[in-house]
Amino acid sequence: MTDLVEQDAAAVTPSPAPSTAPKSRLRSEAFARRLRARHAAERRFRLAGAAAVALAALILVLLLGSIVAKGASAFLEARIRLEVTLDPAEVADRNYTALLRRALYAQFPQVTDRAGKRVLNDLLSSGAPYELEAMVAKNPALAGTTQTIWVRADDQIDQLVKGAYRRDLPESERGLGDAKIAAADALLASGALAQGFNTTLFTAGDSREPEQAGIGGAIAGSLLTLLVTMALSVPTGIAAAVYLEEFAARNRWTDLIEVNINNLAAVPSIIFGLLGLAVFLGFFGMPRSAPLVGGLVMALMTLPVIIIASRVALKAVPPSIREAALGIGASPLQTVLHHVLPLAMPGILTGTIIGMARALGETAPLLMIGMVAFIVDIPHGLTDSATVLPVQIYMWADSPERAFTERTSAAILILLGVLILLNGVAVILRKIFERRW
Amino acid sequence: MSITSGIQNQLKLRPRADDRTGQRSGAAGLPNKMTARGVKVFYGAKQALRGIDLDIQENRVLALIGPSGCGKSTFLRCLNRMNDTIEGCRVEGQIALDGEDVYGKAVDAVQLRARVGMVFQKPNPFPKSIYDNVAYGPRIHGLASGRDELDEVVQTSLKRAGLWAEVKDRLREPGTSLSGGQQQRLCIARAIAVSPEVILMDEPCSALDPIATAHIEELIDELRANYTIVIVTHNMQQAARVSQRTAFFHLGEMVECDDTEEIFTNPRDERTQGYITGRYG
Repeated sequence: MTDLVEQDAAAVTPSPAPSTAPKSRLRSEAFARRLRARHAAERRFRLAGAAAVALAALILVLLLGSIVAKGASAFLEARIRLEVTLDPAEVADRNYTALLRRALYAQFPQVTDRAGKRVLNDLLSSGAPYELEAMVAKNPALAGTTQTIWVRADDQIDQLVKGAYRRDLPESERGLGDAKIAAADALLASGALAQGFNTTLFTAGDSREPEQAGIGGAIAGSLLTLLVTMALSVPTGIAAAVYLEEFAARNRWTDLIEVNINNLAAVPSIIFGLLGLAVFLGFFGMPRSAPLVGGLVMALMTLPVIIIASRVALKAVPPSIREAALGIGASPLQTVLHHVLPLAMPGILTGTIIGMARALGETAPLLMIGMVAFIVDIPHGLTDSATVLPVQIYMWADSPERAFTERTSAAILILLGVLILLNGVAVILRKIFERRW
Repeated sequence: MSITSGIQNQLKLRPRADDRTGQRSGAAGLPNKMTARGVKVFYGAKQALRGIDLDIQENRVLALIGPSGCGKSTFLRCLNRMNDTIEGCRVEGQIALDGEDVYGKAVDAVQLRARVGMVFQKPNPFPKSIYDNVAYGPRIHGLASGRDELDEVVQTSLKRAGLWAEVKDRLREPGTSLSGGQQQRLCIARAIAVSPEVILMDEPCSALDPIATAHIEELIDELRANYTIVIVTHNMQQAARVSQRTAFFHLGEMVECDDTEEIFTNPRDERTQGYITGRYG
């Protein structure tokens, strides 16, 4: 106590004696300078951190902004209104193309020559007759009546309505003829050409015609693939992690296994595709392009991720809980199942969802097993030919049609949406488990 | 110096159960619940215990004292084979419970730990309700048939642990919401819910305040009637207050074991003398 008082006194009246210097060093000018430098360093560090966050946010906004700007229009599609007289004879012949064309010509009485009619024919999507056919198949009583229907326009007209073509360019550079533009403008003026919500994008499979292409098939393929992946890798991964972390003895073998699991997590995904090609297709003779094989390959790929995340989560459970359980005579298995695993569950779920999200966005390994195919049908089983969302995006991005450019961006938006949904589920699951404990 | 005189005062002030019954503590007439003969423990190449011989008498409290790292916790964890869970730990020698070698083939570690319960240094209730904490042991061992019986086991255990009055209206609340001292009593209730024969306590009060400590010490004194208790403690007043016999450990050896009163008033070994007078440790 007395020491403190003396020290204070020495500091208030600066003492010239060098013997007291060590005591007052904390109040010296040099110390104050260093303190200012330390605070300045801290401010700089915080500023750098904030700048990094701002930069990351800016890049994210730019990325999302550009995708939304490009892709938003794909959620609308151009449709043409037609007064179709369903002549029973033509319906019986299933000559719906002729019915639609007749209705269209009726709106342009001045067009009589073949060239002009060909221009008008090109206004309609080549899928329009199927729409009409489906309508009649659903309600055969329509035959013989006159119906007002909206059918899909051709993708070029769709793009024209959305303003993708520059009208000030000469016809040869524009990629769309003056005659078509004039016809479309006439329809627009009469209100017979309008935009509506693009349900095709969500329900249809792939198509060569952009206005008929959708990601329904790819979504179904992704879901089936993910189902196989999840069913295989989640139980296997958690079981492996529990065994390695809670039961296995530490020796050279477990060290070797651990190193290899860590290495596997870093193996480029295309290698897993090659493995799948050689083993599942080559050796076991499984079908090409099937979600079953895709899921198997993805399971191999996500397994190390799940094992590593689960082991970290298990390691984070305090040992006192294990001791408490063992101390009252719980068997090692009961200790794990009743106490350790439930406590580690939030972490395990997070790792699993990260693994699943990675599998959902993976393209490369699927190229090797033939899931990068043009598939029109929506897959219904694990062995049907299928493709997945990111592969669909990859294929659309390769297509020359303008309409595919916007559909590529729209598909990216949908993929992002699915990923956000997955992460949302993970957050909710984690909350539920944390509340229970 | 002041410590020993304080302890001696306490020994004089506190009427001993043994004095009341007229029976001298450590009397040869009391049966040994557990015996240790030549117990050596190795952690890898490092030897932690160098041949311990110790008798643990039934319905007595045995205190293990000694400086940090002397092996008293290691010895305690040998008694219910908790050392089995530590990688690279090897136990030699013989430890018997009711004459049966606990490291023998006939003894299952799971059953042993039900018979020899343990309370740890830091209160470690499960992150479950108070009720489930206490009911867990009886549930996994199938000690209670039906809800009513289980309710009763939980209630008896909590009463014995002196916690019932404080928690009887909040049995569904998580055990982790209790205070430190209450958590430790919950852990004791959890340990006695499976009706063990021996209770091992590894510095049960080191994380608690003096009031909570006093609670636990009273509890230990009461529990002695039904259980054999071995307690590791760094607090010599506590050893003097709660135990009938005390063993002093030093550098992996058991220096001496005698009636608590003898150890604190008339230690035979000078190392014991040095430790209890605070010269080292």
